[in-house]
Amino acid sequence: MAKQAPASDNQEIVKLVNARKIYQMGTEQVKALAGVNVSFKKGSFWAIMGPSGSGKSTMMNILGCLDRLTSGSYYLAGHDVSQLDDNSLSEYRLRYLGFIFQSFNLIPQLTVQRNIELPLYYLGWDARQSAARAKELAEQVGLADRVGHRPTELSGGQMQRVAIARALANDPQVIFADEPTGNLDSATGEQILELLIKLNRLGKTIIIVTHEPDIAKRAHGRLHMLDGLIDRIEGSYNEAD
Amino acid sequence: MRQTRIGRNIWLGIENLLLHKLRSFLTMLGVVFGVGSVVAMLSVGEGASKEALEQIRKLGSNNIIISSMKSAEEEATSTTHSHMSIYGLTYEDYRRLAQSFEDVQQTAPVKLMRRDSRLYDRVIELRVVGTTPEWFELVPREVLAGRVLLKSDQEKYAPVAVLTEFGARKILATESTIGQTVRMGNGQFEVIGIVRSESGQAGNIQIPDQDVDAYIPIEVARRYFGDIFTKRTSSGEEREKIELHQMIVQVDEPKKVEAVAAGIERMLEQFHKKKDYVVSVPLALLKQAEAMKRRFNIVLGSIAGISLLVGGIGIMNIMLASVTERTREIGIRRAIGAKRRQIVYQFLIETVVLSTMGGIIGLGVGALIPFLITYFSGMVTMMTVKGILVPLLISMTIGILFGLYPAVHAAQVDPIVALRHE
Repeated sequence: MAKQAPASDNQEIVKLVNARKIYQMGTEQVKALAGVNVSFKKGSFWAIMGPSGSGKSTMMNILGCLDRLTSGSYYLAGHDVSQLDDNSLSEYRLRYLGFIFQSFNLIPQLTVQRNIELPLYYLGWDARQSAARAKELAEQVGLADRVGHRPTELSGGQMQRVAIARALANDPQVIFADEPTGNLDSATGEQILELLIKLNRLGKTIIIVTHEPDIAKRAHGRLHMLDGLIDRIEGSYNEAD
Repeated sequence: MRQTRIGRNIWLGIENLLLHKLRSFLTMLGVVFGVGSVVAMLSVGEGASKEALEQIRKLGSNNIIISSMKSAEEEATSTTHSHMSIYGLTYEDYRRLAQSFEDVQQTAPVKLMRRDSRLYDRVIELRVVGTTPEWFELVPREVLAGRVLLKSDQEKYAPVAVLTEFGARKILATESTIGQTVRMGNGQFEVIGIVRSESGQAGNIQIPDQDVDAYIPIEVARRYFGDIFTKRTSSGEEREKIELHQMIVQVDEPKKVEAVAAGIERMLEQFHKKKDYVVSVPLALLKQAEAMKRRFNIVLGSIAGISLLVGGIGIMNIMLASVTERTREIGIRRAIGAKRRQIVYQFLIETVVLSTMGGIIGLGVGALIPFLITYFSGMVTMMTVKGILVPLLISMTIGILFGLYPAVHAAQVDPIVALRHE
């Protein structure tokens, strides 16, 4: 069976128990996750690695509450979210999670400030409060002077900073980063990684999907996936601490 | 809280539409013209029915008008021989009519002739109306000066005349009006009063009074001008004997008007060998005109409805394209935590904003059309609160109706797929 990441119970922010995700492709069944047991501690920094088709994207979607398990359980901050409907999953994403993508995924017609405000808008914050928070976050990622710009007027690194600021707006428990440096040159990628490490030091749990070993080795631990199962685990939060 | 939310949503919708100004404008165009035509139609219809009511008032809704008319046979003989044709309503008809109908309140006999009238060197052809004081009850017009005809004028065979404002101005000019003696034909008449006139057509019924009327007691008219009239035609002289040109009958209740008219028709049939009279009921004709106008409105309404439908389909089409184009945005919003319902709201509000803006512009276009119609054709048009609110509500409804499908479609987008969408 799958190996389990070492963890103590009360600190587990994310925990999968015998998680299976099966897709029906025509007549064939594809086991994207074939019974995964894993848990990540609050405040840890994990890298999920693996070749394409290994199930790492599915894993990310499940952990990010974008998709649901076929069987098994997923505990997010102690709540079993594996049986929740679309509406409740949206609510969990809104309150607990933040996302950073390889292609930044900013909304092009909105200004930097409006992009950062987006989670606050769905949280129902009023306009003045969210504007203040957005400016504060822009400053935190070093883009205080760019709040009025549109994403198309920014460089890749700047766009990813905006995405990070947006991911931080709802003060999430876990930040998921899907190949966050994939579209950036190595110097800019390094800066983004530094920013993520800084956020981790401030207490955010960070789970990053990457195929670059250089980046993965900066995490506390690395989860190697293969054929829908955890192949091996390197390092741990305790070790890095 | 809730309200500011909606306000922000509307504002976001407007912002999004402003991003594609030309596209939004073109999308709106269908609704603009749809709403414009509804507004124009309502204001023309409203104006027409106001005009119809006005005409009923002028004609008197309880009135029946019986007019003398040369019968077809008479017409045929009179051209071949030089003889006197005798036709039309008689004094006897008037007496019988006034006495035998319970529901008839009053009757005014009318004798008409055109005569040159003069005061000093001013001449104008007036229509001399020989009638009784009842005329002024049946064709109520504002008395501008002096008084109308009285029973006593009738009894005394007094040569007095009531002029209309228009005729009086023409002939009396600057002289003090009341008490002047005006020559009409061979008689001298003292002007005792001036009334306002309401000339014009109502459907195909002539309104009883004209601008150039001079009202004199009927007995006086008979004594001065007689019953025989000579007409000069190209083939010589034509003489005809007509006792009464018209009778105006007032019935006590509008719903009895048609029954009484039928009774009068039957009565006249018994005493007239030829059909030398016409009974017209303004109310019935106006009812017909109203029914036709209603049919007209239904036709116009369906055309406007179709253009609104086409406009709505245009909006739906563009919104569906917009949803596809913005799949990634939808995915981002969903990943961040937007619920399906919120995505539906977002797109629905955008569509409603679009169609309502179209509606507002359409209101402007639609207000311009009746204005131009009035300016060029003189038709009465009227903008009412209903005429403004109904098209606005229709345009909002179109936004909801045709926005719902694209919005629901947008909310069905799978965030995982959407985020990968290029």
